[in-house]
Amino acid sequence: MTVATDPERGRRKSPLSKALLPVLRTVGTIVATMIGLLFVTFIIGRVMPIDPVISVVGERASKEAYEAAYRAMGLDQPVIVQFFYYIGDILQGDFGQSLLNARPVAEDIRRVFPATLELATLGTFIGVLIGVPLGVLAAVRRGSWIDQIARFVALIGYSMPIFWLGLVGLLIFYGILGWVGGPGRVGIFYVDIVPSVTGMILVDSLLDGNWTVLKDAMSHIILPASLLGYYSLAYISRMTRSFMLEQLSSEYVITARVKGLPEWTVIWRHAFRNIKVQLITVIALSYAGLLEGSVLTEIIFAWPGIGSYITTALLSADMNAVLGGTVVVGLVFVCLNVFSDLMYKFFDPRAR
Amino acid sequence: MSVSGLPSGNHPKWRSWLLTDTPTSRHHARIASLYQGWLSFRSNPMAMFGLVILLMMGLIAVFAPLLAPHDPFVQDLSNRLAPLGADDHLLGTDSLGRDILSRLIYGARITLYIVILVALIAPVAGLFVGTVAGYAGGWIDTILMRITDIFLAFPRLVLALAFVAALGAGIENAVIAISLTAWPPYARIARAETLTIRKSDYISAVKLQGAGPFRIITRHIWPLCISSLIVRVTLDMAGIILAAAGLGFLGLGAQPPSPEWGAMISEGRKFILDHWWVATVPGLAIFLVSLAFNLLGDGLRDVLDPKDSGS
Amino acid sequence: MKKLQKFALSAVFGVFIGTMAIPATPVVAETPADMLVIANRIDDITTLDPAESFEFAGSDVIRNVYGRLVNFDPLNLDKGYEADLAESWTVSEDGRTITFNIREGVNFHSGNPVTAEDVEFSLRRVVTLAKTPSFILTQFGFTPENITETIVADGNTLKITTDKKYATSFVLNCLTATVGAIVDKKLVMENEKDGDLGNEWLKTNSAGSGAYKVVSWKPSESVTLQSNEDFYLGAPAMKRVIVRHIQESATQRLLLEKGDIDVARNLNPEDVAGVTGKEGISIDSELRGRLMYISLNQNHPELSKPKVVEAIKYLIDYKGMQDSFLNGQYRIHQSFLPKTYLGAIDDQPYTLDVEKAKALLKEAGVENLEVEAGVREAQERVEIAQSLQNTFAQAGIKLNITIGTGKQTLTRYRARDLDVYVGAWGPDYPDPQTNAGTFAYNPDNSEEAKATGLLAWRNAWDPGDLTAKTEAAVIEGDRDVRKKMYEDIQREFQARAPFAIMFQKDEQTGRRSNVKNLNLGGAITAVAYWPVTK
Repeated sequence: MTVATDPERGRRKSPLSKALLPVLRTVGTIVATMIGLLFVTFIIGRVMPIDPVISVVGERASKEAYEAAYRAMGLDQPVIVQFFYYIGDILQGDFGQSLLNARPVAEDIRRVFPATLELATLGTFIGVLIGVPLGVLAAVRRGSWIDQIARFVALIGYSMPIFWLGLVGLLIFYGILGWVGGPGRVGIFYVDIVPSVTGMILVDSLLDGNWTVLKDAMSHIILPASLLGYYSLAYISRMTRSFMLEQLSSEYVITARVKGLPEWTVIWRHAFRNIKVQLITVIALSYAGLLEGSVLTEIIFAWPGIGSYITTALLSADMNAVLGGTVVVGLVFVCLNVFSDLMYKFFDPRAR
Repeated sequence: MSVSGLPSGNHPKWRSWLLTDTPTSRHHARIASLYQGWLSFRSNPMAMFGLVILLMMGLIAVFAPLLAPHDPFVQDLSNRLAPLGADDHLLGTDSLGRDILSRLIYGARITLYIVILVALIAPVAGLFVGTVAGYAGGWIDTILMRITDIFLAFPRLVLALAFVAALGAGIENAVIAISLTAWPPYARIARAETLTIRKSDYISAVKLQGAGPFRIITRHIWPLCISSLIVRVTLDMAGIILAAAGLGFLGLGAQPPSPEWGAMISEGRKFILDHWWVATVPGLAIFLVSLAFNLLGDGLRDVLDPKDSGS
Repeated sequence: MKKLQKFALSAVFGVFIGTMAIPATPVVAETPADMLVIANRIDDITTLDPAESFEFAGSDVIRNVYGRLVNFDPLNLDKGYEADLAESWTVSEDGRTITFNIREGVNFHSGNPVTAEDVEFSLRRVVTLAKTPSFILTQFGFTPENITETIVADGNTLKITTDKKYATSFVLNCLTATVGAIVDKKLVMENEKDGDLGNEWLKTNSAGSGAYKVVSWKPSESVTLQSNEDFYLGAPAMKRVIVRHIQESATQRLLLEKGDIDVARNLNPEDVAGVTGKEGISIDSELRGRLMYISLNQNHPELSKPKVVEAIKYLIDYKGMQDSFLNGQYRIHQSFLPKTYLGAIDDQPYTLDVEKAKALLKEAGVENLEVEAGVREAQERVEIAQSLQNTFAQAGIKLNITIGTGKQTLTRYRARDLDVYVGAWGPDYPDPQTNAGTFAYNPDNSEEAKATGLLAWRNAWDPGDLTAKTEAAVIEGDRDVRKKMYEDIQREFQARAPFAIMFQKDEQTGRRSNVKNLNLGGAITAVAYWPVTK
């Protein structure tokens, strides 16, 4: 994403506008993208051959019950009018009501998003913790067996259908070995025991000091998080390796080596420090990918997150829920992108 | 990437012609450089492995009727969920008693079909948008790139799902949906390439000769973008296969009784505890083919796009 | 260099071992003794308001939360309806007015006493709100305009007056349905918003007098119920009931095997076979009211030919399906009233007979027929559709299957847009009218009538004299005569309707063997948790 390209660079401006302009530009970009996103989703929702009224009134509704619901939902208005009403509501922070469960969509999202956040964060954490050292090592010992292994690990990650791996993983680690908790976020009788503060059970149980629940939640999240972590690992280790290779062949590293600095210092103090910014960009992208892309994982693991929420809503033409979910996911995605762009701009020596 | 490992003494005549340092014509030069690329590609065993798998898959798809031991659609309710290595059914049977091996073989056709269509649609669309945006610049560029951003900001699978839900389930619609989510990165690559080429002396020279923008884009810019796109497409293939399988898994791709691999996993997962092979075998097939594409893509990148070279 | 490698390796393995070590702690292998944990598919719940709820999982909740005037004893369903919040009732001479005496001393969860006024409010509320299931009451002639005269509380009694004389059993059976639930008027009206009679609030809250109250409902996640210690039939043994949404049969089975749940309600035949004989697990089988059928759109030029309709009924491998992928979960049943209903018949005139079907098709002069079937993505339906595809092909009919979500398929079905529909139908209340009134009744078959609630209309089928016969049967007061009427209607329907009824459901439930007295409600009602013990 080069959302914040700045062709004004180089011209002389007053200091204030020089500082403000990029900010305004960035905000403008986000807003424009979000409106476009909403519009596309809205249109898809309206052309979809699913009758949303049935979601509300059910299969056996009489003609009268049906028509009353049809009008109540505003479907008798022209599409474009409906769209403007919708945008107006969103600006007031109102995402509307879910057609499926008659609750405010905002409330639903507050409930499901932390679940996804928790999963994606832990997944990224695992991915970084293993992927970065693996990538550095593969670059340093280029061509060695460890490089080959790293490469193979990444390739498998790129090639494996995640839903299949999830199924097999569940079968082996839960079904046969019994090492991990089953699908869902916690065992059934641990549901609702700790008060919901952040909505993330790991954090909530920690805050509450309830170790039993924490342990149980941990045993449930570990498998899906490892799975997502593996995919993020594949990507992060590859990118780390290629960034490191670039640095290791650069002149200052060669100079440092010639000067006789210890290998450790050369690698971590010099080369690695220089790839940090690029790496953060990559991690941010991978994080965004996990936040939006875990639909199948959530379905396999019965994880009540935003991916499965949007999917279910979509298939029942619950457009308020789909739009609300897409806005949130899209916003997160755009923000992470802008963030990594800015990081790049401000810290990367070559872009400066 | 050098080809120094090759013996340099007793080349047959055509080889020395191909390996010449002093080409006699433009065609000669192009063929020679392709051959060099092939030699370097060939020296990469992993890439060759990928290529061989894909060629085999192509052959299997083409000769499916000859290779399949059974009709993939014929049911036998009295012999359902037969285990691996059962009489007459090497990979067992599914929940309706159909031969899994035969379904797998026919399924190769569907996978290939999806891959080829997406590989034709998405990069071409991306190439078109990207080069136009890059070459035209100004507000055209801004608008096109903003649209690209919107599509990029969409959760990919959700977008694909939404389109399939809107258009109705089926292979063709799955292809369109996947293409819709796949084109934006190509547009970005093509735009970036175009921006670097646009200002070059070469294009200025062509312009001076009186070529219009259409001609410049199609005849001079596109060919230069191709190689980076090919690499990207090959690397994306695995993702496309996985996305198609994901749609099939959710019941939104190929419709029964079509033996699409993702749909086969979806059917088989209901029996995963006692009849694990029904879901596992097609999963392995998907894995193998995606892996082959990844290996091939890696190898091609080394040859065509050495600046990002892997090993 | 070596040092670095060592560091990275230990980091990698450290994380692996770290992640594996945490979950290695023992998992609890048994649910608490006073808690009942059930795995079920509950993503169909859209509301918990009894005036609105019309789905299986919703009825399950509401049956345990709300009392009704008359109700079924879960441990003896065959006895039919019995007194619940109505202690007794009398029927007027003209048969149009029923007077209920309301039971004294029963309280709602809020502590408010259950009075005739609450009953009046609850029933009137259903009619006024006019939500989907309201027809169950309005078919007796109640309208928002006349309810002040037709549903009236007087002291401790409640009087309802129907527009015609109906069989009393028909009226009372309808009052056992979800819409017959009695809500706490005071509490509901405290939460009224914009004259919605508390509809918004009741969607997610409960105001009943039943054995349980709703603690929480998380859509597509779980429903949690807490026992009502003051339940008039005695405090339930299970203090907490948690119904958890688990989509996959395999997952339900794993949870059951591990003791993480007490009951698994959606095991497929393979998983039932897998757990049968395992220690600590029992399998129950209960006949339910749900029917599986296929229907043929009569707007289709070929499918509307009687010989083609008949041929297709011979192209279904009833037995093959029953004995393979439907094993133990569906039994062959070829008439529209489920077994155990008044007037149900067990005639099974059709079997797979490809030759006969071919001959019929030939007589009809139909060749190379290609039709589209809409199927929703549920395992057994997709398999049934594929089996049909297979047998149809043997007689030269090409069946193209379009799989969609429930809502997608239904949208097209209601628009008369499908050639063939592979459907399921569950009765709404335990009276034969519930099915007769949709399969064999369609007074106006025109496009404009938009009677999308009637299955006959959806298939563009005019049942002819069956419509009148159905109307006659519903007001027949003599039980035996009425029974005979339904038998005749079904036989005629069986012979010529463009519906091939195929199966009736047997619900197989996997439960931990220590769970006793769990009744799912048979073919007539929903599950009851209050008699359950462990």
